[in-house]
Amino acid sequence: MIRDVIATDGVLLRVYQSGAPSAPAVVCVHGYPDDHILWDGVTAELAARYHVVSYDVRGAGASGKPAERRAYRLDQLARDLVAVVAAVSPARAVHLLAHDWGAVQVWHALTGEWLAGRVASFTSISGPCLDHVAHWLQARLRRPTPKAIRELVTQLVSSWYIGFFQLPLLPELAWRSGLTQRALRMVEPSSTPAVADTRHGLQLYRANLLPRLAAPDPRRLTIPVQVLAPHRDPFIVSSLQTDIEQWVPNLAVRELPGGHWLPRTHPQVVARCAAELIDNAEGGPESRALRRARRRRQQRQHQPFHDALVVITGAGSGIGRATAVEFAARGAQVVVTDIDQDAAERTAGLAATLGTPATAYPLDVSDGGAVEKFSTVLNEAHGIPDIVINNAGVGIAGPFFDTTVADWERIIDVNLWGVIHGCRVLGGLMRTGGAGGIIVNVASAAAYLPIPALSAYATTKAAVLALSQCLRAELAQAGIGVVAVCPGFVHTNITNSTRFLGLDAAQQQAARQRAGELYRRRNFTPQQAAQEILHAVERNTAIATVTPEAKAALLASRLTPGLVRVLAQRTAGEWHESRGTRPGTPQRGGRHDPTNG
Amino acid sequence: MAGKGITDPTDLAKFREVQQLAYTAAQAVGDSLRPGMTERQAAGALRNYLLDHGVEDWFHIPFAWFGDRSAFRGFRTSLQFFPTDRRLTEHMPFILDCAPVRDGYVADIGYSGCLGTNPIFERLIRDLAEYRDLIVTRVNEGLPLGQIYREVDALIVKQGYDNRHRVYPGRVIGHQVGKVRSRLPKLVAAGFGIRSLQTLASELIAERLRHRSPLWADGKISNHPASPGLWAVEPHIGFRDVGVKFEEILVVTETGRAYWLDDNLPHVRRWQRHASAR
Repeated sequence: MIRDVIATDGVLLRVYQSGAPSAPAVVCVHGYPDDHILWDGVTAELAARYHVVSYDVRGAGASGKPAERRAYRLDQLARDLVAVVAAVSPARAVHLLAHDWGAVQVWHALTGEWLAGRVASFTSISGPCLDHVAHWLQARLRRPTPKAIRELVTQLVSSWYIGFFQLPLLPELAWRSGLTQRALRMVEPSSTPAVADTRHGLQLYRANLLPRLAAPDPRRLTIPVQVLAPHRDPFIVSSLQTDIEQWVPNLAVRELPGGHWLPRTHPQVVARCAAELIDNAEGGPESRALRRARRRRQQRQHQPFHDALVVITGAGSGIGRATAVEFAARGAQVVVTDIDQDAAERTAGLAATLGTPATAYPLDVSDGGAVEKFSTVLNEAHGIPDIVINNAGVGIAGPFFDTTVADWERIIDVNLWGVIHGCRVLGGLMRTGGAGGIIVNVASAAAYLPIPALSAYATTKAAVLALSQCLRAELAQAGIGVVAVCPGFVHTNITNSTRFLGLDAAQQQAARQRAGELYRRRNFTPQQAAQEILHAVERNTAIATVTPEAKAALLASRLTPGLVRVLAQRTAGEWHESRGTRPGTPQRGGRHDPTNG
Repeated sequence: MAGKGITDPTDLAKFREVQQLAYTAAQAVGDSLRPGMTERQAAGALRNYLLDHGVEDWFHIPFAWFGDRSAFRGFRTSLQFFPTDRRLTEHMPFILDCAPVRDGYVADIGYSGCLGTNPIFERLIRDLAEYRDLIVTRVNEGLPLGQIYREVDALIVKQGYDNRHRVYPGRVIGHQVGKVRSRLPKLVAAGFGIRSLQTLASELIAERLRHRSPLWADGKISNHPASPGLWAVEPHIGFRDVGVKFEEILVVTETGRAYWLDDNLPHVRRWQRHASAR
């Protein structure tokens, strides 16, 4: 539905409405150089539940385009917003959603006297309050720490166009010739000015920047506010719009993957974030993601995992269980899975004693269909995970020629397909969610260290390492970090569940006990490994080696690969001698059922 | 401590009495603990209570461990077992451990408690019940002590905890006890009564000759079934900053049958209350 609203100075404003008129109204304000079309994607998402309103700001689209600079002052833009709000929702408070210059004018309107009691929440994207910007600049000039200087320089470099726009006539010519468009596209590929006439919008820069930056007010805002700050916004340094806690007590900050034009490139993400704030402001429950976004800056730095949703496979024992417990201890909400449901429930019980919600699900990671079903349940019951840890794995050890096709299939199914399904399905959920995150794939030092008798195990782990590194490159754009963890000898249950091939039952038991003894003496606990994993997640480390020997082996495999190969051959020789075998001769002795899934 | 051959009902009754006294003392002191009290104060109160009730010597002096010290976190040397000035705060777990000697009869007990509520403590103390059943069943089956130790370890791993008795000297989960018959003076050295140490030392030598040990750990020397006599058994499990244990006497008869000396103990009563409440 289209209608016109007349501004206080007689300028016509074109207003577009969709959705249910009886529902809470969401008024969307676009920036420069855009018009209401910017919101089409977001409107499509929100219209089912809200009364969605957008309008062409003066100077853009079908609204009036006064020629004089004075008509583009922020005070006048605030009065335009008041007129639109009064027209579309005369009785009930509205929710505001604004981008770029749209957000700048909403900040100005909300921190002034114009809209008192008329607005219930505000979601701001890539558009700060100009007065806050002035304070931001002043604070950094007063205390020029290296970080402050870096931010200042970055911001000044990003703002080249603002100085240019202050010049007379040249900017108009640059737009008309297409130079500005080209320059913009170079720094931000998603920038395609939607409006035919970009001339009038230039007045926004000319009428407002200098007055506001020269004489800023301390502008406070007490309604619920949410800032969506894209990681790769070439025009605005993140802290410029997020470092505003002192003026905005009820603030949520979400740093999201994406560039400056988030409403156009990620409409579903913008709509979901806005809806969470609106629903909460309307009296609904606070979503976990919103609660997480509302933590203070200091808390975000010191407790990075608080309220994060972490999914861990194979969490019924060892490193998986310890990692789940460690995340729970740091305030994360954990969802644990294991093929052994009792073991998974045990882990969830332990995690729950630490005071955060923990849930267990039985899951065979080698079953793609089961992983997909789990993902649906996960999304419905808990939401989109922030961190996924593909940890489930099994071990087999023995000569290559004793490893049957069935052995190979089993270990590839669990160790490789399990990780593939985890990345594909749970990582896919993350990508759709659009909020980024971290995928951790537990590989092994065997991925880069040739060890005789571990050919099958090492093959799967090397594949996991390769998969992780490729995915890391591929998912960086989506803000998803992929971490490959290579533990080394960690004292876990894996020695008890490892199948030693070509041995009878008694020998198998003895081999397990020997391996267990070795691991026990090494005494690197799963808790220590878990702490290393959390550290790697925090820093988004590409390859996280855990034990000192895993670190040393990685270094050796890079610096002296020849030596590593010679050592591997020697070990193989001694090992054949001790077993009284020559490489390649089939072994006598029984074959046993897998003891572990 | 000549632990061998104590199956005499009068002797057993005396051991049971001392063990009851030690647990009653620990529970009384545990109930009297208040925020701000130190480990030294708690250990002192336990000592005074026992001295007031006829105790004349110690196998080891009373210990008190508060907070993460109940799980022996950060313990590097044996000196760290001694009571410190660590103060008790609300929701903090604690362990009181004492080994009094009265009329030559020894008790060695460990009492776990918590000031107020603590969900980790509640869970750990509940799970401790499985170890009491496992140990008596396996000893009864005549399994080698080293193997039982490893089964206890496996249960600890399955439950998601870590083995804290391995921090004790010799990694022991238990040791033999018996009547103290020594002419040495009643002195305490390094926390242990020297008369008890003398008996333990002679026992160590005597058993060593038979390739057995009065100490129960996971090494090769524990690769034998429990010798007849009395064993103080002390499984100690931990999870993060909380540790819990019990310690009480297991009787092993000449025929190899095993049973707990007394079932009327605070932790057993706690489990019974919990079971009947469900």
